[in-house]
Amino acid sequence: MAKIVAVVAVQHEKVGGGAPIFIEPDEKQMQQTAFLLEKILDASAHDLKNGTIIIVNHH
Amino acid sequence: MNTYLVEHKMLLGVLLGIVFGIVSRLLMLRTDYRQYPTYPHGRIIHISLGVIAAALGAVAVPALYNKDYTAITFLSLAAQQFRDVRKMERETLTKIDELELVSRGSTYIEGIAMVFEGRNYLVIMSALLTSLFAIIWNVYLGIAGGILSLLIVRLLKSGKNIAHICRTEGAEVRVDGPDLFVGDIYIMNVGLRENQEIIRERGMGFILTPYNPNGKVTISNLGQRQAILYDLSTILGIFRDDGEPSLIPMAKLDMKDGRLAIFFLPQDKDMTKALKVINKVPILESAVRMPTEASVNKEAPNNG
Repeated sequence: MAKIVAVVAVQHEKVGGGAPIFIEPDEKQMQQTAFLLEKILDASAHDLKNGTIIIVNHH
Repeated sequence: MNTYLVEHKMLLGVLLGIVFGIVSRLLMLRTDYRQYPTYPHGRIIHISLGVIAAALGAVAVPALYNKDYTAITFLSLAAQQFRDVRKMERETLTKIDELELVSRGSTYIEGIAMVFEGRNYLVIMSALLTSLFAIIWNVYLGIAGGILSLLIVRLLKSGKNIAHICRTEGAEVRVDGPDLFVGDIYIMNVGLRENQEIIRERGMGFILTPYNPNGKVTISNLGQRQAILYDLSTILGIFRDDGEPSLIPMAKLDMKDGRLAIFFLPQDKDMTKALKVINKVPILESAVRMPTEASVNKEAPNNG
């Protein structure tokens, strides 16, 4: 089963839970952090279209 | 000359059988774009096994002729031997597959391994037929029998390909925000803008429409889909690296009507070549299903 390994968001109140959460000031910063996390974790970034990107390990 | 041929009938028959057996193995041993069997050692292994298979097939007839019936049990030894060949191929390919950018998938591997075993039996058959003709009648008929067996081998060698079961068309790759579509079929969610850009620029999409319910089930098989992706990425090259999970090629089904959408990032973005490649992807024996052959479907009023 796929697993959420990290969450990157712009709005703090929208996210919570078990995975590491990264809060960024704006959309651009969010994209950048998500990009780095994708490369570092070897997992794919998926956009939930609500200002949140989740990094998911599909292996 | 003729007396010589008659005197040495057995020996000539066996030799002829071996020769035709080896020829048929060489005929069936092609190292194509997949570079498998690998050159040169992979080929040496298979040619040597072909020689053994040919010899086994060729000596079976003289053994029977001399009322040496137990000699036929020797063939079971051969069967065991060639099952091992299949196992060896399967293990090697599975190991190699772990380190491929786009893997073959176990169905494709099983298909290849099966072919190696099957072709060795064809060699035995070819050698047996040749030596049988040469020993029962004469050397000339033996040669004729050998040529006949080569024709049969040629016929049995080739399987069907994708073009036989479905129509393939190029389709537009559409990136709508993070959503990626090929034609009207949803493929996946791509979160990063960078990747969306790459996909917009380099992505290629295809839609495969099966002709009948049998084709529908066959292309929905995950192994068959992986085979298509593997062939595409081997021949056209793949724009991908390890640690780039978003750029993975994908094949998704439209569950409503059984069409298959393929998304793929090639090095060489050439639509005509790509369509040719897809049409030539072999249909994997283990992926074939024939629901129309089932009695319930045959008896149904509106079949398929």
